[in-house]
Amino acid sequence: MSSALQQVFAHPVSLKDVQTHFCPGCQHGTIHRLVAEAMDQFGVQDRTIGVASVGCSVFLYGYFDIDVVEAPHGRAPAVATGVKRACPDKFVFTYQGDGDLAAIGTSEIIHAANRGEGMTVFFVNNTTYGMTGGQMAPTTLPSQKTSTSPYGRNVANDGYPIRMAELLAQLEGVAYSARVAVNTPKNVVQAGRVVKQAFETQIQGRGFSFVEVLSACPTNWGMDPLTANARVAEEMIPYFPLATFKDTSAA
Amino acid sequence: MPKVVIDELRCKGCGLCTTACPHGLIRMSDKLNRQGFLPAVISDEDQEKCVSCAMCARICPDVAITIFKKVNIA
Repeated sequence: MSSALQQVFAHPVSLKDVQTHFCPGCQHGTIHRLVAEAMDQFGVQDRTIGVASVGCSVFLYGYFDIDVVEAPHGRAPAVATGVKRACPDKFVFTYQGDGDLAAIGTSEIIHAANRGEGMTVFFVNNTTYGMTGGQMAPTTLPSQKTSTSPYGRNVANDGYPIRMAELLAQLEGVAYSARVAVNTPKNVVQAGRVVKQAFETQIQGRGFSFVEVLSACPTNWGMDPLTANARVAEEMIPYFPLATFKDTSAA
Repeated sequence: MPKVVIDELRCKGCGLCTTACPHGLIRMSDKLNRQGFLPAVISDEDQEKCVSCAMCARICPDVAITIFKKVNIA
């Protein structure tokens, strides 16, 4: 008997083999990989239309090997509504950051979810505006210092961080809503399962699916990648608990 | 043949893989890559100790790691 080497972990086919612009330790790349792996698994790459938001996530059209529409800031769910209604046989997803989805796009996401549009939304929550220089976002944690809250977020003035996954789970049109993190290998595996559940929700035509992913932003948090990754477990997960808040397939 | 293949040019030196490896086999190089980062490396002896669990590859934000597993063939 002899032995051979078998490849057990490879680059997903739906993800282009290119260098990303993301900073070292930024977990957008991990989340891109999980979405691309789900596309590969369900075999929907050739009928997927992505809708890109504004922010660091905007360059997904250069990284996913699919067709992409670029939406104005915050309006990805509105554009995706049009795409899905015009082409109901396509797999349609948006991929948005917290500044895009939870601030300027709050109206669009809530109404698209409430209408139960058959799309999937991937929401990357890193508690800050990444691309524009680390300003305070609606998801910025209490006391967190950002370039527009230099003394820390004061909840008396600025309000509290929004828990989007819980908020959307209240809406009748939402079929699936969950929050995951990608800070440890275990959480990455769990996140991969949840992303696939969200894909399944759309493929079965059950309604709107939403996945919030907690992500590190070392550059704007002013931390090295390992400290930033540790902050996800220490500060973010206690405020943004990891759970599946709604799953109509389980009912 | 190595079990862990790290694409040195793709690696941005974040070091997340060093914390993910349950056996602590990956370390950071002291030589800069072409992009100016210190990439992750694994020595030939440590390749032998690797169990191909792919934890490092799963956490890598830049999908710079490919994993091979030794299988017996008749």
